[in-house]
Amino acid sequence: MLLQGNEAVAEGALRAGCRFFAGYPITPATEISEVLSVRLPQVDGTFIQMEDEIASLGAVIGASLAGVKSMTATSGPGFSLMQENLGLAIIAEVPCVIVNVMRGGPSTGLPTFPAQSDVMQARWGTHGDHPIIVLSASTVRECFDMTIRAFNLSERFRTPVIVLIDEVVGHMREKMALDDEEEIEIFNRVKPTMPPEWYIPYEDTPSGVSPMANFGEGYRYHVTGLTHDVRGFPTSRPDEIGPFISRLHRKISSHFPEIQTAEYFQTEDAEITIVAYGCVARSAKRAVIEAREKGRKVGLLKLMTIWPFMRTAVEKVLQTSKVLIVPEMNMGQISREVKRVNRGITRVVALNKVDGTIITPMEILSRIQEVVS
Amino acid sequence: MAEVTKLIHKYLRHDKKFPHVWCPGCGIGIMLGALIRAIDRIGYEKDEIVLISGIGCSGRLPVYVDFNTLHTTHGRAITFATGVKLAKPSLKVIVIMGDGDAVAIGGNHFIHAARRNIDMTALILNNSIYGMTGGQSSPATPYGMRSTTTIYSNIEQSFNISELAVTAGAAFVGRGTVYHARLLDSLMEKAFLKQGFSVVEVISHCHTQFGRQNRLGTAVQMMEQQRDQAVTVEKAARMKPEELKEKIVIGVLVDKELPVYQDEYEKIRERAKEVMGR
Repeated sequence: MLLQGNEAVAEGALRAGCRFFAGYPITPATEISEVLSVRLPQVDGTFIQMEDEIASLGAVIGASLAGVKSMTATSGPGFSLMQENLGLAIIAEVPCVIVNVMRGGPSTGLPTFPAQSDVMQARWGTHGDHPIIVLSASTVRECFDMTIRAFNLSERFRTPVIVLIDEVVGHMREKMALDDEEEIEIFNRVKPTMPPEWYIPYEDTPSGVSPMANFGEGYRYHVTGLTHDVRGFPTSRPDEIGPFISRLHRKISSHFPEIQTAEYFQTEDAEITIVAYGCVARSAKRAVIEAREKGRKVGLLKLMTIWPFMRTAVEKVLQTSKVLIVPEMNMGQISREVKRVNRGITRVVALNKVDGTIITPMEILSRIQEVVS
Repeated sequence: MAEVTKLIHKYLRHDKKFPHVWCPGCGIGIMLGALIRAIDRIGYEKDEIVLISGIGCSGRLPVYVDFNTLHTTHGRAITFATGVKLAKPSLKVIVIMGDGDAVAIGGNHFIHAARRNIDMTALILNNSIYGMTGGQSSPATPYGMRSTTTIYSNIEQSFNISELAVTAGAAFVGRGTVYHARLLDSLMEKAFLKQGFSVVEVISHCHTQFGRQNRLGTAVQMMEQQRDQAVTVEKAARMKPEELKEKIVIGVLVDKELPVYQDEYEKIRERAKEVMGR
């Protein structure tokens, strides 16, 4: 089947059990809306086009609270508008998925051109201390898989999950084998099983994730964007605020192995490792293949979880590498993280491009050449 | 009194730390009373009610009552309500907003929800001011009045919230005041039973902020003013526009039948399945 990245996102969402989508038209993410406007009503789901992206994420959070797996998709300007409600989904621990098909910015920027410049916004765009899970895809198949994974992680950890793709990946068409019988693991939120009068909606658990009751199922409780106690009621007590914010972080930080994935391509003996993600990882892979043909020991670390940042993956490639090259279509958002993990031990070379065009294999190869000489 | 106690026991959250956040004399309590009485009279199960609010004094209301309650971001309550209702249409969705919440920051969502005619009720407590943040002017602050951000005078024209709802296409619009508590009861009951987007604007007073800054007296005096300013829809129909200038028109402003969003969407699902079957 020949599919576009954006179409694969939509199909992945359906396979994951998504039955509600609210969105607002925006290039280059619109195809996700268009496909789901056709497909969701076929499976008794709901598609609604809202008046803006603020409303879109609001509706998505509402639908999820009512028990339906929900998502939205957007690009830079819309993602900016979503930041406040994103924070509400984090603090109220409401599972949902937000796909950001990145385009050039700031502001209206370059609607039809690719970029990777929302990486830090995805991490810190909403105010306040918060953890976040951000995944990345660089192939059409990964768009499908990562969207499913995003739903699984959001349900598992009761948190919004962001999928960052870029205009290239979103609009690219690739052959993708999609077997209806294929085993795909689907995780659904853990619901309370105790009698309603025993239910404490935000009670701490060993994993940090509390069971989640859907609206209308007999567990009447309060959901708020205010900092709240274990019952969900607003609190101003330091002895309740501190543990709550700590738990929000712990439920993510104590599950890094489950959340973080990366692909290692010829890194075992690599002296030069390229750290890349999204469409740039495709160019990087080509560059590795060509460099290997010339006898150079080059490898690729492809980050598929962007946040929480994969410290362990970078540390692993640092063991063999003399140089890390971090090509990105931004001014150096992930290279800064790589440098932070590296702590000055190894050489980290950034390769940044912000002119609306993709970083080519040739550009990476010539940077490898520069590094070697 | 026994009746009131019964309702309090049935609907208020006893594990919530009272006292509430509102000032003594605030009109929100009267609105809450009307809300509870209407729900009780209709006989909804507590489990089927979802009460959703935004930010401000009115935003704090849901926490006190034993329903599924959701306190959202400023101005966005209706968007969350849209998601809840479409995801689970069996739920009865009620949204509570203040004037700033509903028609300043949330104005866009308000008119679009009215236009879509999704089945839910929007209750708007209009006290002409931002109370919680300390008395700043809102889009419902009348021309010429004082607030902490218009200490010289408010030079903006105010929204007529109910008329806005009518124009945006709401299926039911009613306006009452917290002085006319019995009218509020019946307006809410009608609004809850209405299939489609229904609005009840509740004219209230903020004696703490708006009243104090404009020397309008105590809560009781401000409520007496509501009594004196109010004219029924029927009487207003016989009055000239200039006679209505300082008046509050109360009663049912609009009650019409329109296609309801969820019903229409059900037809879309059928069509989509036909397309798939081909």
